[in-house]
Amino acid sequence: MKYAAKRVATLLVTMIIVSLLAFLAFDLISGDPAQMMLGTEATEEGLAALRAELGLDRPLPIRYLDWLTGFFRGDLGMSYHYHEPVWTLIAPKVRVTLWLSLLAFLLITVVSIPLGLLTAGRGEGRLAGLHTAFNQLCMAVPAFFIGILLTWAFGVTLKWFTAGAFPDMTQDFAGSMKYLFFAALALSIPRIAMTARMLRSTVAGEMEKDYVRTAISRGNDRRGVLFRHVLKNALPPVIAFLAQTMAELIASSIVVEQVFGIPGLGRFLVACISNRDYQVVQAIVVILAFWVVLAGTLADLIQQRIDPRLRLGGAS
Amino acid sequence: MKQTRNGCLTAGLILSGLMLLCILVGFFWTPYDPTAMESAKFLPPSLEHWMGTDSFGRDIFSRVLKGAGTTVTIALSIMGIAAVCGVAIGALTGYFGGVVDEVLMRVNDALTAFPSILLALVVISILGPGSKYNVVLALGLVFIPGYARVSRTAFASLREANYIKSAQLMGVSKGRILLVHLLPNTVQVLLPTLTIGFNNAVLSEASMSYLGIGVTPPDASLGYMLSEAQGMLGTAPWYAICSGATIVLLVFGVGLIGQGLQRREKGVA
Amino acid sequence: MNTRRLVAGLLSAALMATLMSGCGGTAEQTAAPTQQGEEPRPNEITVAIAQDLDDSLDPHKTVAAGTKEIMFNVFEGLVKPTPDGNLVPAVAESYELSEDGTVYTFTLRDGVKFHNGATVTAEDVVYSFDRCADITGGSSLVEALSVVTDVTAVDEKTVAITIAAPDNEFFASLTLAILPKGYEDQDTAPVGTGPFRYVSRAAQDNIVLERFDDYWGEPAKVEKVTLKVIENADSLVMSLQSGAVDLCAKLTSTQVAQLGDEFYVAEGTMNLVQALYLNHAVAPFDDLKVRQALCYAIDKQQAIDIACDGYGTPLGSSMYPGFGKYFLPELTNYYPHDVEKAKALLAEAGYPEGFDMTITAPSNYSYHVDVAQVLVEQLKAVGINAKIELVEWATWLSDVYSGRQFQATVVGLDASTMTARALLSRFESTAKRNFINYNSETYDALYAQAQATIDDAEQTELYKALERELTENAANVYIQDTANLVAVRKGLEGVVFYPIYVLDLSNVGWTE
Repeated sequence: MKYAAKRVATLLVTMIIVSLLAFLAFDLISGDPAQMMLGTEATEEGLAALRAELGLDRPLPIRYLDWLTGFFRGDLGMSYHYHEPVWTLIAPKVRVTLWLSLLAFLLITVVSIPLGLLTAGRGEGRLAGLHTAFNQLCMAVPAFFIGILLTWAFGVTLKWFTAGAFPDMTQDFAGSMKYLFFAALALSIPRIAMTARMLRSTVAGEMEKDYVRTAISRGNDRRGVLFRHVLKNALPPVIAFLAQTMAELIASSIVVEQVFGIPGLGRFLVACISNRDYQVVQAIVVILAFWVVLAGTLADLIQQRIDPRLRLGGAS
Repeated sequence: MKQTRNGCLTAGLILSGLMLLCILVGFFWTPYDPTAMESAKFLPPSLEHWMGTDSFGRDIFSRVLKGAGTTVTIALSIMGIAAVCGVAIGALTGYFGGVVDEVLMRVNDALTAFPSILLALVVISILGPGSKYNVVLALGLVFIPGYARVSRTAFASLREANYIKSAQLMGVSKGRILLVHLLPNTVQVLLPTLTIGFNNAVLSEASMSYLGIGVTPPDASLGYMLSEAQGMLGTAPWYAICSGATIVLLVFGVGLIGQGLQRREKGVA
Repeated sequence: MNTRRLVAGLLSAALMATLMSGCGGTAEQTAAPTQQGEEPRPNEITVAIAQDLDDSLDPHKTVAAGTKEIMFNVFEGLVKPTPDGNLVPAVAESYELSEDGTVYTFTLRDGVKFHNGATVTAEDVVYSFDRCADITGGSSLVEALSVVTDVTAVDEKTVAITIAAPDNEFFASLTLAILPKGYEDQDTAPVGTGPFRYVSRAAQDNIVLERFDDYWGEPAKVEKVTLKVIENADSLVMSLQSGAVDLCAKLTSTQVAQLGDEFYVAEGTMNLVQALYLNHAVAPFDDLKVRQALCYAIDKQQAIDIACDGYGTPLGSSMYPGFGKYFLPELTNYYPHDVEKAKALLAEAGYPEGFDMTITAPSNYSYHVDVAQVLVEQLKAVGINAKIELVEWATWLSDVYSGRQFQATVVGLDASTMTARALLSRFESTAKRNFINYNSETYDALYAQAQATIDDAEQTELYKALERELTENAANVYIQDTANLVAVRKGLEGVVFYPIYVLDLSNVGWTE
């Protein structure tokens, strides 16, 4: 319990640092949102009036506090560009990106864990070299290159899905899932390779240990030992890795959404960065960062549930 | 076991060596001027143009050579910045521990909370897009926390080692302990991290250029070429395939080296 | 051992195969719209646009050209432009101009309705003009309307607009959108009188318009238009090929070349003056000889051929053929491509070895970036070492356009209204929009004279003189009026081109 409390405290501190960093970063970015809104024909008075209206003339710490409290009240401010509340703009996009990450995450777990286990603990045969090579090859392909090839093959040539026509999620849920599946595939292939390799090497490391050797030499079935003992010890690092994956999926989805034309958070973010729509960018950056921190904390907590040894390490 | 271990490393070294050789040649000589718009557009691969020509009638092979050079130079610079700063931070915090360690690691946590592309996008927006130096700086900064974390663990675990303790007792200066006694012993751990770092740098640069905020034309980097090529998959599929495959081979080669190094390390330990 | 590995391999392969086939199965059940051959095609179209309408949708506050381009279908003014460059009555039925040329009296058309069902009254017109014209103080939203001194509703159907002094070109600004009085949500849920009404917007995704059934004129042909935002030029091509999009304007020739036979291409002009704009406040571009050398060094036709596959109209001054009566075709080849002459001029100017320069280009406009790449190659031949700096549009606006911090930039300038003034006023030395810092006393004098002239023929001659001055003074390295290539799905027709930056969807419809 003490460990969990400490972990949550760390989480809060990290979140505050994250939000401060995000806030400061966007304040530093050159360019004036008022100028952007009024365009090239703006007058000085018009600009000053708009800056006052947007509250851009107030000192920095006050704006930060205002924004932070607003954030926790669910008030993410108004978009400079769309003249609409930020939350109204991003809510549908959060949903899309969440489903995309979830699908990719499922694909990764469902494929990589059996793959990793089945190929693990077999020592090093002649095929192992090939296997490693193939694995490395999968990791070497950028997700967006796979994306380009997938859209081309399935979206344009085979027409299994209509590339560029992402269906409205509220109206055609199945259709949008099908569309997301291909993007999730592009996202997950390099990650599947990484997770499988990770699992394979932890299991292999574990199999070398004395307790396993003893167990097997006592006549226990190798497979039984693998599932009863080894897995328990090999899983924690893999879970940590998967949490990290959850975080990095968000990052790769920025690029992959661009390739597939999926109206998710990442694509919106890139557009808003070039528009200098700070309110939206800040909100998205902080939401994404919180997501990553939360995933990390969760992984830590699960890990120490499974492996009590870490409780000591974490508390010291 | 020995056979595969060497196999990985050897294959990786050969592949990367070949790529490096081509890139080095590309710095001094390319079959055509990579920016000259002299040939017909969209020529398929042939003996004159090994990888065909693009929408401006430029020789793709020459562009891939130059582009790979740009990409590798950028990736190496990113890795250099990130590794030097990261290891320095990791060494200090790992060795000394205490409040500084706690604070820096919290900031480190906060920074790792931003997905790397996201952080790089933010840094680029501050520095201004369209310059490769800014890309190097942005990604360099972004990758520091990763190296800091790895090296911190390595330094912290060695801190308690007996030979370090005895060195401390003998009154060896802290700087000397860090540089002479600890650093060489962490290289084993850091080398595979470096290869992964290189690959991450290549892939991130490619993503950034793909999003249009990395290297600017007429200079080519592989990522930018790939984004150009995406729109031409119908008429010139070789463009996307050649530039994509070059990225894959670069990363693949170095990945194999990393894998080989990791195994060797295990073998030694 | 080996068998187990084989099993593992087979299993993973089988897993992938199930995933794939499962997916193929669903694909057949919910077939893509393009495959519904037998069913009647729904009377709607999907149009791809490269820029989100990420602006205020209030037509009086809209800044982005891309937003105005689309909202043209939703709003109308007292008068509206036609494809041949005239202005015809829209919300108004007729008008009279007083003897002294300062009072315009409009009679409103009967039965013009807003999208919210209300009928347009004189009060609405007065409200719309009051909002923009700064009659009662405050800042005028629309610069061209600052000359308005009074707007009065004479009766229910009649409005009188008074301007300070006679002005030939004032009429063009009467395209100002007429909005319902007292309606507050124009920013996000706009209401106008046009052939389409606004339905919804999902940021960075789509905008939906529907046919307005109570439209006073010829109703729109399709019932629904979905505008799909696809900013990435490369995914755009895929969307066209996959059947996701029926119509897309402003494609590059390379993109057009990728399209299959499901599409045909309608070619118009973009109505832009694309040029290498030079900052006259920065050395060496303050030197006439250098500017002329650049003009001689550039081969416009080659640039058009390489970057645009030959689509595009070469230009020689700040005027495009769309404005027929002002256009001077003889200026186009005032500076023929001549490398030797360019070198000689550079030597005279004191740069026998050439110099280094930076060309700034907005990264989101591939037709500017592509041309810039060709220019760099052409400049190499005369010893000028140019480097391209790509910037985001936002940065371009703030650094180049407002900040005037640049050496040279490739960009296209358009006319906001259908007047020569819209293109030429910016080169007057004190003009706010004079981002190239053009400073010529001759030009200023001629421009003042043109503004003071009421006689149309005389004014036209003065505008032509202004164009000539720009060319002779090598104000900019003029390149072309970019071609507007529109990909249209076969079976769809009715794409018309205007001399201003709009996309008229009301005539577009399926032929069956």
